[in-house]
Amino acid sequence: MNEFLLNTLDATLRYSTPLIFASMAGLFSERSGVVDIGLEGKMLIAAFISAAAASVFGSPWIGLGAAIIASCIFAMVHGFATITHKGNQIVSGVAINIMASGLTMVLGLAWFKQGGQTPALANDERFLSITLPGVDIIDYIPILGDIYRELISGHNILVYLALLIVPLVWWVVYRTRFGLRLRAVGENPKAVDTAGLSVDRLRYKALLIGGILCGIGGAYIATAHNAQFTKDMTAGAGFIALAALIFGKWRPYTVLSACFLFSFLKALEDRLQSVVIPGIGEIPVQFIEATPYILTVILLAGFIGRAIPPKAVGEPYIKEL
Amino acid sequence: MDNSHIAIELIDVDKHFGAVHANDKVSLTVKTGTIHGIVGENGAGKSTLMSILYGFYQADSGHIKVFEKDCKFTSSRQSIDAGIGMVHQHFMLVENFTVLENVILGTEGGALISESLEKARKELTRLGVEYGLEVDLDTPVESLSVGILQRVEILKGLYKGAKILILDEPTGVLTPQETDELFRIFTSLKEQGVTIILITHKLREIMSITDQVSVMRDGKMVAHRQTNETSFEELAELMIGRKVLLNIDKSESKSGSPVLKVKNLHVSNEQGIERVKDVSFEVCSGEVLGIAGVTGNGQGTLLKALTGILPLTEGSIEVFGEIITSNNHLGPKILRELGIAHVPEDRQRMGLITEFSASESALLGYHNDKQLNQGLWLKKSLVRDNCESLMSAFDVRPADPKLKSSNFSGGNQQKLIVAREFERNPEVLIIGQPTRGVDIGAIEFIHKRIIAMRDAGKAVVLVSVELEEIMSLSDRIIVMCDGQITGKVDAIDAEERTLGMMMANVLNPSETNQEAQP
Repeated sequence: MNEFLLNTLDATLRYSTPLIFASMAGLFSERSGVVDIGLEGKMLIAAFISAAAASVFGSPWIGLGAAIIASCIFAMVHGFATITHKGNQIVSGVAINIMASGLTMVLGLAWFKQGGQTPALANDERFLSITLPGVDIIDYIPILGDIYRELISGHNILVYLALLIVPLVWWVVYRTRFGLRLRAVGENPKAVDTAGLSVDRLRYKALLIGGILCGIGGAYIATAHNAQFTKDMTAGAGFIALAALIFGKWRPYTVLSACFLFSFLKALEDRLQSVVIPGIGEIPVQFIEATPYILTVILLAGFIGRAIPPKAVGEPYIKEL
Repeated sequence: MDNSHIAIELIDVDKHFGAVHANDKVSLTVKTGTIHGIVGENGAGKSTLMSILYGFYQADSGHIKVFEKDCKFTSSRQSIDAGIGMVHQHFMLVENFTVLENVILGTEGGALISESLEKARKELTRLGVEYGLEVDLDTPVESLSVGILQRVEILKGLYKGAKILILDEPTGVLTPQETDELFRIFTSLKEQGVTIILITHKLREIMSITDQVSVMRDGKMVAHRQTNETSFEELAELMIGRKVLLNIDKSESKSGSPVLKVKNLHVSNEQGIERVKDVSFEVCSGEVLGIAGVTGNGQGTLLKALTGILPLTEGSIEVFGEIITSNNHLGPKILRELGIAHVPEDRQRMGLITEFSASESALLGYHNDKQLNQGLWLKKSLVRDNCESLMSAFDVRPADPKLKSSNFSGGNQQKLIVAREFERNPEVLIIGQPTRGVDIGAIEFIHKRIIAMRDAGKAVVLVSVELEEIMSLSDRIIVMCDGQITGKVDAIDAEERTLGMMMANVLNPSETNQEAQP
């Protein structure tokens, strides 16, 4: 049982990593007033580019860098459509998702001729697990030793980065000048404009940060969690991240908890397949898969408490009196 | 302070918005350390001019001089740096921020906010004492009253180093007491050498507080006057270009029997929050009942209940022998057929559909009328004739039934709605904010029509946040505060001051220890 729990939690951490990157990306963008339904697309293009670059250049770091650039380009396309040209943010986001899905296949087929996949990555082309120092020593302590060895140690660097990024995001949003302006522009862009600040520039900055984070998330999926790019491999992680963002009410730590909750359900799903629970029977996998969305709907229906989005989210800022 | 110095000089400022010539070669000179009023009807171009001065818009041509230095503003930032602060009509505050956070936004200093917050706290406390503008700096602004929010806006300007403060219609949302308080602040600012530009359409304020006044009409600056050398009448005439009747001649009301009886009414708004609490009153035929109160104290919800838009939660409304209760809800359609007409508070959202042509907007609510239909279809010519006759009866300009509703000015939109509702000859009229954002000429017209309806024996319920309007039109007045009736007076006995105190609910004996906002 202990081992079952540790394994499940271990998997939870691994599943939560892309969710954390994507939901923090969404947090920046939506706090600035731009709906980011394109998280999925940005992660997908990043996953593809990271696997392609890592395979060609033989380094996961080059893959990561290329992924960030690709994701940022997509973020800027979203910005150009919705900030500069005041386009509909949902439509632009959907377009990004469709474009990413199509583009990764087309480029994959053209470059690698393996049915849209990238070549399988060798170990030195991936982010590998790191054994944290001191495992041997702490190992002798009961329980704590197991937890340290199984759960805390033995992840790749991007997992640790994801966990570190959350307090950093919190600090930026609540303690810095940029964070103050970010929160303001998502609530009342006019107040920001009349304070002599540029609404557009702030929103572009937020989207750019989102692009970087999605880039890392995508690279994690293809070059750390897996070892190649496969068709539509993000498999809805961007949408789950969006759900976590709403579930966590656009606040970094509550969003993190939501990411953990959703990943835990996912980890459980893998382990509960065809397990018969006495009295209930076999839980359909589809049910567990749907749980994050069901939970979010329940939340939005107001059962757990209202999630109040940034007031100006979804509205392009048009200057008028 | 030497009054001969010039704070602001605008020379031939010109601005077009598409086909609209918002500012037509406007020139203006404001002396340092004075209070300068700018009056004009809605759409005269006052706000545009000030937004150009504040760097929010850029002028097509013309020059701006601030403290005798040439300036070219491409963003509000440069205007702020030149020493200009602006308090907009709709406050530019981030609602879930504290006062302190709102004030530092845009002038934070370093990259971390903790230092700037501490610096701002000290500076604001000093400013607060110096100008009598004390505010609790750590309260989120969403929980503050409008009077306090205005102080926050003024503080924001001062903190950013404003030597010139522009205030756009600052008293629109204030009680008379809050207005007095604001004017006291103006006086103390002026003593400290701050120059104030006050934009308003309320002539009374101009007369009581300003040193100079400039009048705008149709995008042009038409006159500059010393306030003590001009008069109410002259300014009104300059504003609209002809003589106006400011006081309504009305005979004594010949009120008959009660037509509309409201008993212990409770109503919740669309969000389920109770906004009308235990309200009772009666309205007789041939009288105007005015309902006064600061915006958002339940009047809007009451109007919606009276017209069947919202269901009652408790109590009853009796009209034409029908008794409406929480179990017996009558919708707007039935009430309208019974003879209740409704001029909604928000004409843009409820009164008409801005995308519709005038003739379409002019039949809303009466679209099933036999006079407009032929078989299953609306008859186009009848619809047009209907609109044309309404337009000529109420002098709606331009008298073009095909023109899109949004292309009419506020006053003409309102006249069209009033025409639609009044011309059906209803027995009960429920009217919300009939003259909000309407120019003086149209106000005069609409007021006369309301009195004419009263004299024809109709029962009129009038909700307005303009005390003057309530006092001049009503026969009896009730005051609402926080969903309850906090005062009832006959219009003859009504005084602005007492009404104001009722609006803030400070006359209520159970709350006598609670002072009005200082």
